[in-house]
Amino acid sequence: MHWRITHNVGRLKMNTKDYIASGILELYVAGSLSEKENEEVHAEILKNPELLAEVQSIENAIVQLTAAAKKDAPYSFNDIKNQLKVEEPKVISITKPTSNWLQYTGWAASIIIGSILVFTLSQNNQLKEQIASEKQQLEAQIDSASTNLAAAEKLITIFRDKDIISIPLAGQNVSPTSYAKVYWDKKTNSIYLDAKGLPEPPKGKVYQVWSLKLSPLTPTSLGTLDTFTADANKIFTIENINESEAFGITLEPAGGSISPTLEQLYALGAVSS
Amino acid sequence: MNQELLILQFQQKDAKAYEKLYNLYCNSISGVVNNIVKNDDVAQEITQDVFIKAWNNAETYSPAKGRFFTWLLNIARNAAIDYTRSKKFKQSKQNLNADFFVDILETSSSLDSTTNTIGLKEFVTKLGETCKSVIELLYFKGFTQKEASEELNIPLGTIKTRNRTCIGELRTMLGV
Repeated sequence: MHWRITHNVGRLKMNTKDYIASGILELYVAGSLSEKENEEVHAEILKNPELLAEVQSIENAIVQLTAAAKKDAPYSFNDIKNQLKVEEPKVISITKPTSNWLQYTGWAASIIIGSILVFTLSQNNQLKEQIASEKQQLEAQIDSASTNLAAAEKLITIFRDKDIISIPLAGQNVSPTSYAKVYWDKKTNSIYLDAKGLPEPPKGKVYQVWSLKLSPLTPTSLGTLDTFTADANKIFTIENINESEAFGITLEPAGGSISPTLEQLYALGAVSS
Repeated sequence: MNQELLILQFQQKDAKAYEKLYNLYCNSISGVVNNIVKNDDVAQEITQDVFIKAWNNAETYSPAKGRFFTWLLNIARNAAIDYTRSKKFKQSKQNLNADFFVDILETSSSLDSTTNTIGLKEFVTKLGETCKSVIELLYFKGFTQKEASEELNIPLGTIKTRNRTCIGELRTMLGV
């Protein structure tokens, strides 16, 4: 097999073997290259997995060599763990009422009772109308329930299909209790995302789903969940033609983003190989 | 566990992911720091500081700028060099004569954890002087290619290829 990659130096065309033999990757690991050179090497590695493997191997050798110069006592992560700042939720202070509230309570109570009386009368009329419209809604719901049942049965067959890979996505720092699950059907190039474990997105924000390649980390957008709030079962069918190695969900401004906002990573999970 | 994923989680301030990265690299970072400060206690203190600093600045790391390990190396070398410029260090009257990593390896009595230490010792003693110097400057001291070339009086391009040969020998020895 003969790889050919175009290297960005003048008109020089270098193949992978020559590129590796040049020794640039060893300097890359050492951190001896300029910022610009680093970016160039990184770009080459993105294009060619053979280069990544070589870099990892060089790094492995250097890690072992440098570790041999260690002379102090063994290390434990616990020694630094309590010194790592973890962002804690801000405490909202409750201000105590300072005014003479007892005096006002009586007045307030009588005003409230009065208003409730007026309100109840008008409510009564409204309720009558509401009952009529709810009756109609109920009928519509029964009608749609039978359709939903058929949809639910379809979902069950999807989840039970042995050729469909299921990938749990765990909640991340911004929302540790969140979770989601991806069912990936490679035959039809589609994923079914069960997003019931995500909180309602705040106004003006939308969840965006990402397919990730891991070495190196390359996100590809699979689209935004625009109908999240309206969707009852929170299961979304999304086309995915990527060779995904992980899936992630971020919270983005409405319309989605070009690249994921990592501070707003809600759920993440790797495809087990 | 995939490393890219660990790094991503570390940047999300996931302490569990960071623990894995810490265990991967703490000995290496300690070795580099020790080679510069030449004092076990100080090396331990600086190494722990390096990992705390990396955590606090997690968002400044970007894969486009280089390897995560290289990023740690840079933080470590800078912290260790800063220490050697401090009063505390100068007062301790350290012998600043070029004490190569090779010497540390040779005098090292603690053969903890790494099974390769004995093999590595044998390997570095057999290395040519140029290899020893090039590895010392590029990996332990953080010299740029140009700086190393000037320091050793070797042409710029030769540093690159010579270093590749040296690391190649190391990799053969380690089987990686």
